[in-house]
Amino acid sequence: MSAPLFTARPEARPAAVEVLVEGRPVAVPEGASAAAAVLLAGTPAIRETPVTGSPRLPYCMMGICFDCLARIDGVANRQACMVTVAPGMRIEPQRGARAARPGDRPGAAA
Amino acid sequence: MRAYDLAVAGAGPAGMAAAIEAASLGLSVLVVDEQPAPGGQVFRSVESAAGDPALAGEFLDAGGALARGFRAALGPGGGIDYSPRTTLWHVDLAAGVASVLREGVSEEIAVSRLLLATGAQERPVPIPGWTLPGVMGAGAAQILLKTAGAVPRGPLVLAGQGPLTWLLAVQLLRAREGVGEGPVTLLETGGKGALWDAVRAGGLWTGRRLLGKGVSLVREARRRGLRVVRGVRDLRAEGEGRVRRVRWAGGEAACDTLLLHEGVVPSTHVSRALGLEHRWDEAQRCWRPALDAWGATSHDLVAVAGDGGGIGGWEAASATGRIAAIDAARRLGRLPEREAAARAAPHRAALAAALALRPFLDRLYAPAPEVLAPRDDSTVVCRCEELTAGQVRQAARLGATGPNQAKAYLRAGMGPCQGRMCGTTVAALIAETRGVPIAEAGALRPRAPFKPLTVGELAALQPEELG
Repeated sequence: MSAPLFTARPEARPAAVEVLVEGRPVAVPEGASAAAAVLLAGTPAIRETPVTGSPRLPYCMMGICFDCLARIDGVANRQACMVTVAPGMRIEPQRGARAARPGDRPGAAA
Repeated sequence: MRAYDLAVAGAGPAGMAAAIEAASLGLSVLVVDEQPAPGGQVFRSVESAAGDPALAGEFLDAGGALARGFRAALGPGGGIDYSPRTTLWHVDLAAGVASVLREGVSEEIAVSRLLLATGAQERPVPIPGWTLPGVMGAGAAQILLKTAGAVPRGPLVLAGQGPLTWLLAVQLLRAREGVGEGPVTLLETGGKGALWDAVRAGGLWTGRRLLGKGVSLVREARRRGLRVVRGVRDLRAEGEGRVRRVRWAGGEAACDTLLLHEGVVPSTHVSRALGLEHRWDEAQRCWRPALDAWGATSHDLVAVAGDGGGIGGWEAASATGRIAAIDAARRLGRLPEREAAARAAPHRAALAAALALRPFLDRLYAPAPEVLAPRDDSTVVCRCEELTAGQVRQAARLGATGPNQAKAYLRAGMGPCQGRMCGTTVAALIAETRGVPIAEAGALRPRAPFKPLTVGELAALQPEELG
């Protein structure tokens, strides 16, 4: 974990929902997205690209760029910026392409 | 199968206004929207952000009023079904059937008229290093502020141009008080002489209220300590694993976060996927659907309102939403021709007032040629497939005539974003290499599903609705 790029302002928006980002609890405001939780947690990359493995963090935050594809509650390829946080939500970075079948090694050729 | 007179895709200013107007004319209305709450991007999360002083001003005042008006119209017997967290992923134009996805379940819905109020996206700003973590759209940072109250913590650089850069600078400077560390810098990319060119476009008197809004933002930004560098060219982001500094011709600055912005462009993904006629708008340097004065497209079923039909801002979007709703009622035989014209008149006046300053803004903030076609061949233009400007130029030399051919050469536009980010850049690079206008290179023709869906979500369609 590096120092988070973004910081919350609990006095303006109470951090009421606890989610798990890479297993670490992070409190975020109600209505925030899973992508926001990743930025507030300080995760260095929300995904590594399937083509070169380069690290990415969310770019557009509005469902356009697909750079925030992550594994949320066990489901890969979710647009993290389009998923609203819920208590206990598990958010994991996605490395490479998602597994073709549940149980396959992530990133393995389909 | 549920059936509606009017289905509206998008609950921003255009979609909300259209739904309210259509319901008041007795139409049954369905509003589908991808977000959990109304507002669109411009008034995103306005209801839950009400207590945030950093967002005080037009966002909370005008946006809050629009959302309250929309909620009030949703009451029992109000005629509007509002479906948040819902994605439109296919439209069968011949049958008049829209396919939507909500919470893992797909549904087909019969519609007599479809209004696309899908708004705008930020114009992609492909510079070297823009894929590094910590580089984002300026609009993305604003969404984080609106939805989570979050702000960039360390040294921050905004680079680009447009009204949003000043608004965002003010909002972030307010919100960073007590939590931000390091300077906030605005690198303005506008060309010299753009102001004089813009003044000649006129509209300053009619648009003086909007102009005044802009001037007061600039004043507040400077009062709060914004550092401004003008005439910036040749931007590049640098760092290992994340952005650490930004360089430009004649300068550099350290940063933890770099926010890029060169204006917004219509979100035409769905309207292009539907095969509707589009035109290249040279003033706004973007594609827009061909529309008549009522927002009607080249297909009888479909209309477009708001920024998705051309950038005009939220007040213009509200007006075009009303006008398109009146046209829907007229087409469905619920409103005589003459009454439609009379009812639309005040909204046409509001639209003209909202657009008065647009020619000035379009000229003042016209993106430089290298924003559309990056000069440095090593610049990544397709973020999904990680293709560079040089590779696209090479494909053009080999014979790719436009972005639809470049897909076959390079896979540009075939990654998860389906070309939403790279489509126009690829077209501009090919046009430049071939020495033709961008309009001739053409626009990507996306295909349904407009957003990816799982096999399970598709299989969740009710069996009786298949076939």
